[in-house]
Amino acid sequence: MNQLAIEEEHGHVVPYATFVTVWAILLVLTMILTLVSKVFHEALSVWAMLIITPLKAGLVFYYFMHLKFEGPLLKAMVFVALSTLVVFIGMLFLDSSIQ
Amino acid sequence: MSSPVAHVDAHEHAVHRDYGGAKIGMWLFLFTEIILFGGLFILYSAYRSKYPHEFHDAGSELNWVMGVINTVVLLTSSLSMALSITAVQKGNRRLSMLLLAVTVTLGAVFLTVKYFEWMVKIHHGLYPNGPELLKRPPGEMLFFGLYFTMTGLHGLHVIAGMVVLSIMLVLLARGRIRQDDYIKLENAGLYWHLVDVIWIFLLPLFYLAA
Repeated sequence: MNQLAIEEEHGHVVPYATFVTVWAILLVLTMILTLVSKVFHEALSVWAMLIITPLKAGLVFYYFMHLKFEGPLLKAMVFVALSTLVVFIGMLFLDSSIQ
Repeated sequence: MSSPVAHVDAHEHAVHRDYGGAKIGMWLFLFTEIILFGGLFILYSAYRSKYPHEFHDAGSELNWVMGVINTVVLLTSSLSMALSITAVQKGNRRLSMLLLAVTVTLGAVFLTVKYFEWMVKIHHGLYPNGPELLKRPPGEMLFFGLYFTMTGLHGLHVIAGMVVLSIMLVLLARGRIRQDDYIKLENAGLYWHLVDVIWIFLLPLFYLAA
């Protein structure tokens, strides 16, 4: 197997700097989330949680877990798995809001 | 003598080729983990909507500073894990081993913080069926039950991750993981990152939502 084929199979090498940048963003987001939850209004903290937490998880999936560099099959599989979970969580909230 | 060696090489080479399959297999396992914790998150949400005030009061008793410190510890361990894979891809085995050792150490730091956090709660009788918790309203019992179940299950995953990464460290040292064959390290890394993602969700649900 030649070098090109190996790279194609492995996806490409992510530079150190990319990971350090993502890590710094994750720390800043954690800081914002904590500040909003502990200092600001409670209603705001719910929104911060709903936006920032999935964003953080998305960054870990996309960069640390190399999803950005994977093919459409794996991306689709992850999408279906997460969508299933979201559908069930949505059904729960729908149910509890009706009761 | 050369022919059996050549045979082993050819065999190993054939095994390496299916990186795509190895990765998909790992992701399928991760999906089962997502569904496992997802079910618990749904349980948490259901009870939180039923007992909003009790969850709020019980949540404010948790030490959120420790929760945030542990978040920083786990995020940093994810960074060293990701960097370790880049290092091995670039053929820098020593750096990769060092970064992997840092990752395992940070896992131990996380568990140490968790240990002190749990001990304080247990000392105060705030554990399932504990003397202080039995005096509390049902909603608070549920909160602490979920707290110990979910952070405990997550803690077990951290221990499992540390064991797997330690094995990877040995494989790196023995040259079984190297620049042209590192799928094991990549898959171990995927597991470690997922454990990090689960904690990302546990932090706001238990420590910050009060």
